[in-house]
Amino acid sequence: MSEAAKKRPQFRNIHITDLAFNYRMPLAAKVSILHRISGVAIFIFLPFILYLLDLSITSEGSYERFRGLLEHPLAKIVVLGLAWGYLHHFCAGIRHLVLDTHTSNTKEGARTTAIITLVVSLALTAVVAVKLFGA
Amino acid sequence: MANNNIGPKRLVVGAHYGTFDWLAQRITAIVMALYTVILLVTWLLSNETGYQAWAGMFAQQWFKLATFVTFVSLAYHAWVGMRNVWMDYIKPVGLRLTLQAFTILWLVGCAGYAAQILWRV
Repeated sequence: MSEAAKKRPQFRNIHITDLAFNYRMPLAAKVSILHRISGVAIFIFLPFILYLLDLSITSEGSYERFRGLLEHPLAKIVVLGLAWGYLHHFCAGIRHLVLDTHTSNTKEGARTTAIITLVVSLALTAVVAVKLFGA
Repeated sequence: MANNNIGPKRLVVGAHYGTFDWLAQRITAIVMALYTVILLVTWLLSNETGYQAWAGMFAQQWFKLATFVTFVSLAYHAWVGMRNVWMDYIKPVGLRLTLQAFTILWLVGCAGYAAQILWRV
């Protein structure tokens, strides 16, 4: 065995702090972990999302309460966060389906599709933000 | 063929182990994506505005069923995803089992709430 092969470091059970602070993750890795985080966030907030649906369709009165609730800045921020989560999860999910067809299965392809995912999801989130905080 | 796949001889590794969940996660994802498009198109094509346009969609039986099918798909999709998350990060078996059981109860409870909302209107 050559000297270089013997000294080659092996990384096992990489610690979370390494991932968070020490390694520079490629864009595809960031899209991937955000896909997971957004999925977990939607899972946790499901009852809140259903409550908003409940308010919005049950009656004219509850619809007005729904609109009133969305006047609150904290509600706006939470709803914007969830909208981002949905849009990111949606776009990153479609990216996964594309990768499943063995398209863009290269280093460059992974990076390009990661950029498209981020640009599209953030642009759509910006539209939601304008709708929420604008008019 | 099936006889050698039960009890201690059950096959838990190999090329096709987990394929069902993998496929189910993708099929439920496509259901949710299609529903998103149907929701947006139906809403934008509505002749009404405000509450009437929004709640009017959910007043129709086909839309209630489409919404409920989508929510059940979401629950199955979330189960596969959350199970993956627990298996990746939670190593103590007891805690992992507890969280997996909680995940199922949480999702079934949410599906019940969704059904109640949809068929109350």
